[in-house]
Amino acid sequence: MDKPVLQINNLTTSIGRGGDRVVPVSNVSFQIRQDETMALLGESGCGKSMTALSIMRLLPPSAEITDGDIMLEQSHLLDLSERAMRAERGGRVGMIFQEPMTSLNPVMTVGRQIGEAVKLHDADNRKRVMERVEELLDDVGIPDPARRMHEYPHQLSGGMKQRIMIAMALAGRPRLLIADEPTTALDVTIQAQVLQLMKQLQQQTGMAILLITHDLGVVAEVADRVGIMYAGEIVETADVADFFSQPRHPYSQRLFEALPTPQKRNRPLQAIEGQVPPLNAEFGGCRFVDRCPYAQTLCREQIPQWRGDQNSGYRCHFEDAGSSDAVATEEFELAEESIQGDTRAQALLDVTDLKVWFPIRKGVFHRTVGHVRAVDGVDLNLSTGKTLALVGESGCGKTTAGKGILQLIRPTAGSVMFNGEELTQLKGRALRKRRADIQLIFQDPASSMNPRMTVEEIIAEGLVVQGVGREQRQLRIAEILDQVGLPGDAVGRYPHEFSGGQRQRIAIARALILEPQLIICDEPTSALDVSVQAQILNLLKELQQQRQISYLFITHNLAVVSYLADDVAVMYLGRIVEQGSVEQILDEPLHPYTQALLSAVPVPDPDSKREVIRLQGDMPSPANPPSGCYFHPRCPQAMDECRRSYPAGREMDDGRRLSCHLV
Amino acid sequence: MKQWIAMAILLLWIAAALLEPLLPISPDEIHLPAILAAPSADFWLGNDGLGRSVAERLIAGARIAFVVAFSTVLVSALAGTVIGAVSGYVGGALDHFISRVIDIMLAFPGILLAIALAAILGPGIENLIIAISSVGWVGYARLARSQAMSLRTREHITAAIALGSGQGRIVFRHLLPLMMAPLLVEASFGIAAVIVAEAGLSFLGLGVQPPQASWGSMIREGAGFLLVAPHLAIFPGIAIMLVVLSANLLGDWMRDRLDVRQNM
Repeated sequence: MDKPVLQINNLTTSIGRGGDRVVPVSNVSFQIRQDETMALLGESGCGKSMTALSIMRLLPPSAEITDGDIMLEQSHLLDLSERAMRAERGGRVGMIFQEPMTSLNPVMTVGRQIGEAVKLHDADNRKRVMERVEELLDDVGIPDPARRMHEYPHQLSGGMKQRIMIAMALAGRPRLLIADEPTTALDVTIQAQVLQLMKQLQQQTGMAILLITHDLGVVAEVADRVGIMYAGEIVETADVADFFSQPRHPYSQRLFEALPTPQKRNRPLQAIEGQVPPLNAEFGGCRFVDRCPYAQTLCREQIPQWRGDQNSGYRCHFEDAGSSDAVATEEFELAEESIQGDTRAQALLDVTDLKVWFPIRKGVFHRTVGHVRAVDGVDLNLSTGKTLALVGESGCGKTTAGKGILQLIRPTAGSVMFNGEELTQLKGRALRKRRADIQLIFQDPASSMNPRMTVEEIIAEGLVVQGVGREQRQLRIAEILDQVGLPGDAVGRYPHEFSGGQRQRIAIARALILEPQLIICDEPTSALDVSVQAQILNLLKELQQQRQISYLFITHNLAVVSYLADDVAVMYLGRIVEQGSVEQILDEPLHPYTQALLSAVPVPDPDSKREVIRLQGDMPSPANPPSGCYFHPRCPQAMDECRRSYPAGREMDDGRRLSCHLV
Repeated sequence: MKQWIAMAILLLWIAAALLEPLLPISPDEIHLPAILAAPSADFWLGNDGLGRSVAERLIAGARIAFVVAFSTVLVSALAGTVIGAVSGYVGGALDHFISRVIDIMLAFPGILLAIALAAILGPGIENLIIAISSVGWVGYARLARSQAMSLRTREHITAAIALGSGQGRIVFRHLLPLMMAPLLVEASFGIAAVIVAEAGLSFLGLGVQPPQASWGSMIREGAGFLLVAPHLAIFPGIAIMLVVLSANLLGDWMRDRLDVRQNM
């Protein structure tokens, strides 16, 4: 094999000084060869991004590289002058970031921004910058590049912006491309496009890619090798195939176990309890010891040696920890009957033709010139104790639909029957009383809590506004804290003192204390790491069993859906295109959009060579939906009929509802 | 360090203001032999045109300044915050109307409006407070409105509505506590501004009436003797400067402190 493009030896980076000093990257070594994609995988705060920034020497001012060596081909990057390093950035090393929206300059056309990179790093094309920009845009698959290059970032969609970022990184013909969570902010269908593009560009240019991600699916999709980071060090490196068939380090194994899958439906997920240790102390033993199920005294007392070589190995005292049958820590057993034989399930929520339109006003007199049809005729029904997942890409109106059901936004039309009561007609005090029965959990627990209130005040609020007396409140709070797994002394503290997962537990406690019959969960685990996600999903499932709560689960994460949901409704541009049981939808999707959505989800299994149905372009604007079937401009199977009329929703033989002319 | 000096000066000012009735001073007593006398052992800061003790009049003036500053800031901050918060939270036609009123108020130079008002209402401390407050609330209202607008879309407000909270509870429990920090800072700057405004109006003869002492009126009276007895204007000037500077320093310090808390 040829020489590595990037070789990192014993890289150590620290931030701050004295007592505040933390070491986010310690003793990291790896190499990447030409044509190779290496993934750095780990949960947030494990030092992945810091490693990338160290390579680019773009660390924050208080950080410094204290030890190690970074070789890019023949040059030692750490020895270069700042001036020479500037030539490398965007030259031999390109970088793309998670947020394409904030990484582009909003007041410059994208053509000029790419042109700058060309001028700086591509001597051959300095005379013909604009032609080169056009070529680059064409390479990254932007349609009509001659016109697009004169547009500003806000005129482009998220996926397009990420393509622009990639074009910019490619301008210097990099040998190494560092991609820091390049698709995390994108929808799955767009993610599939971008990942495919990166692979294809790699084949053309032979560049090495360092991919930073937390998504095992993405790793399986594009990476050749993987390095698992935990608490600032690499705990395992392996070829992707080996890694997925047999992860060696206990942390890697736990990551897999924490992943929600359909096969795990009837049992709790194996969450990784505890948290990443603080990185400000010297470690005397294994860094994973506090969360490792196989930990022994030795693990506490001695730092484990690296087993194997740099390309494939792991850091553990034991050669085969966890390969023998694991110590099962089942917290609860999901009773079979409650999952299947619940025949007395009755309709709890019945939504008919729900519409939420936002007026577009223009001019001096604020005339209404049109409507954004965020939710445009949605039918849903949900029975007691069941989970209905509402899935779709961002901007399809799923969150607005949730708010419409809750009457947080008054629907424009349609009916929401809850327990036989029409919610859209309720007003004032009657509505406020009814609110106790339908609660809400948000994606970001931090912003969903008043930072000036203690945990006790936050949890008690529902009881206070619903008029429950003080003594009763105390009892209920203690009970609920115990149930969601928070320590009793949490009451006097403020939300910012807790970790993300704990905060989500507080949010669940707040929703739960009113003993609601329905909880609308709006992406409740999207902001959390896999291990914490598993904890929260377990909790939600357990609560559902105990209390027969129904969930309306709004999400784009189909793995979570497969684990948790009973029924699934797929939403596109304000309408439900297909609705049925989770097996029907996930195993045998009939609607072309559902099929495309499912095929775009990266599966954490490198052997599954699935066919990705690539969707053209982006979702149209809900202010101006296409004629006929809303999906027809992107549908690979569109017929003439699809352009003419919107397909009516029909009940299929197997009980699912479908809106498509094809079937 | 700076903030401790500032705080000491403000405390001294407040102590003087509060203890003034108890102190053995007689700011209105005339000492004819000592007219325009320079500072001496008996009268530390000298005497004014009627032979009254400048030091004692400064202490009496401190009380006036304190009363005016705190009541004005209290009235305008309370009124402004509530008007602004409601306007920003409720939105719609009400917000449109209130915004226009705020715009109109801001289009006038505030001090001019206060002068006009004070002239109509007639001189006196109460009228002074009314005049300054009726222009002072606008700043708080504008700040509170923008805060309320950015906060009302926060999810914790949505969560509170979903729990069944009423409008009043949301405004007072979830909105106002979160906008306290910037408003407190604004109020600390407001104290400085009000003291200057009071001095200005009194200087123009629209505020405190003789023989009562206020810092502004002392400067006005001293201005006539500026060449003969400069200390008449200089000492109240220094007093105003110290208090205003301290209030501003404290405001700066509070802004930094409260910001850190917010970022946590």
